[in-house]
Amino acid sequence: MENLGQLGQYLGAGLACVGMAGAAMGVGNVAGNYLAGALRNPSAAASQTATLFIGMAFAEALGIFSFLVALLLLFAV
Amino acid sequence: MFSLLQQTAPVVVEESETVVITESAEAAGHGADAVAAADAAHGAAGHAASAPGMPQLDFTTFGNQIFWLLVILAVIYWVLSRIALPRIGGVLSDRQGAITGDLMAAEEFKHKAKEAEAAYDKALADARAEAGKIVAANKAEIQKELDAAIAHADAEIAARSAESEKRIGEIRASAVEDARSVAREVTAALVENFGGKPDQGLVDTTVDQRLKGVLQ
Amino acid sequence: MAEEEAGGLVFHPMDQFVVKPLFGEGAVNWYTPTNATLWMALAALAITALLVFGTRGRAIVPNRVQSIAELLYGMVHKMVEDVTGKDGLKYFPYVMTLFCFILFANFLGLLPKSFSPTSHIAVTAVLAVLVFAGVTVLGFVKNGAHFLGLFWVSSAPLALRPVLAVIELISYFVRPVSHSIRLAGNIMAGHAVIKVFAAFAAVAAIAPVSVVAITAMYGLEVLVCLIQAYVFTILTCVYLKDALHPAH
Repeated sequence: MENLGQLGQYLGAGLACVGMAGAAMGVGNVAGNYLAGALRNPSAAASQTATLFIGMAFAEALGIFSFLVALLLLFAV
Repeated sequence: MFSLLQQTAPVVVEESETVVITESAEAAGHGADAVAAADAAHGAAGHAASAPGMPQLDFTTFGNQIFWLLVILAVIYWVLSRIALPRIGGVLSDRQGAITGDLMAAEEFKHKAKEAEAAYDKALADARAEAGKIVAANKAEIQKELDAAIAHADAEIAARSAESEKRIGEIRASAVEDARSVAREVTAALVENFGGKPDQGLVDTTVDQRLKGVLQ
Repeated sequence: MAEEEAGGLVFHPMDQFVVKPLFGEGAVNWYTPTNATLWMALAALAITALLVFGTRGRAIVPNRVQSIAELLYGMVHKMVEDVTGKDGLKYFPYVMTLFCFILFANFLGLLPKSFSPTSHIAVTAVLAVLVFAGVTVLGFVKNGAHFLGLFWVSSAPLALRPVLAVIELISYFVRPVSHSIRLAGNIMAGHAVIKVFAAFAAVAAIAPVSVVAITAMYGLEVLVCLIQAYVFTILTCVYLKDALHPAH
């Protein structure tokens, strides 16, 4: 029975890691759009790097949340 | 992984149990750090219930970390706000001032250089004009001298050529005279040789008449 | 599983985060000097060395250390000024403190055998809660009830505004959570991944791959350390701007 619980833990942790894919797409989307915009208007690119990092940070934070869920399932439940 | 967790789990539980005991003993002894003790008890309860693996969720260490973090932050804040940041800000504004001052000085020097250049150009133009004037004056003087010399030389030449003309005339006249006398003498001698008695006057007029076409 | 086919692979990716007393064994009391204390103090020392002893020449033409210190100063100063405006410069020392502490704690944590204080939720949560509480108090002190205009999106249709207000309120209170977990999670994840790769190095067949992977991860982590310090700081500035100019 304990093994079954552990099975659930590990399955859940693995599933939680799928959430990182979403974060990866989000971060890639932010960076890609930034690059596209920067290539169209390179003079405005430098002023928007801060916005780029803020956007990446928000997108990445959600991936970190899924990573945290995975860790909590593995170690803290 | 399974067996790994199972191996490590009892050990960690043991550790946290000892922590619980000591912590609660501490808390009983000193009521001062009730927060830490509460944290410890809370964490320990969580630990006892399950197999803990994340040191981040080990609440017994939270009080310690928070306390030292606040101490370190206060130290860094004090060092930065009292010493480092004013100093760096001062250096940066000093540099900005120095750069601005240097730029202004450079501007000043540039202005001076321009003025000097203009003065130089003016001096050069003046010197050119002066030189032109001097050259013109010299030229006129030289021309005058030259004219005088030419006139002098022309007069000299005229005098000389007149003199030569005269001497040539004299020479020619004497030559004519010589030729006439020679011709008279020759004529008189011829007449004498032919046995005549030369009449000097007749000979002279005859020779002169004959010579009139030849000489001159 | 891994250990059966690889013959005794042992994974302890989280052991590096354990907080231990520096001297001897025993309980971790609130005053006990621990490895966390040591590495935080080393970060403070490194900051002092760079920003105080590095600039003691006060040279108009800086040497290398002084130009690094000036670079840090200029970067954070410009960030605060650009994001919050001139009136935010009053809080520049605290923002600089945060940036320097996080940056140096991150970088020192990359040394082998070291400990990263910033990988602990306890530390980053305190940093984030200090910012959150400070910004909230500051917002109310500076703007009074007008600060609540932050949640009342006046540019939206009237019917939507209560809904948006609830969403804004929730997102406002989620700020310290994401602010702290982002930093701790990034650092923790990077260190754990490196540790997992290091465990694979015990198997001769895949050791070279593992070493290359560790090197690549290490390079990425250097970048992440800088970016996370930058992101934490710039988000602090953004929150500060909300407190100083809550007009939505």
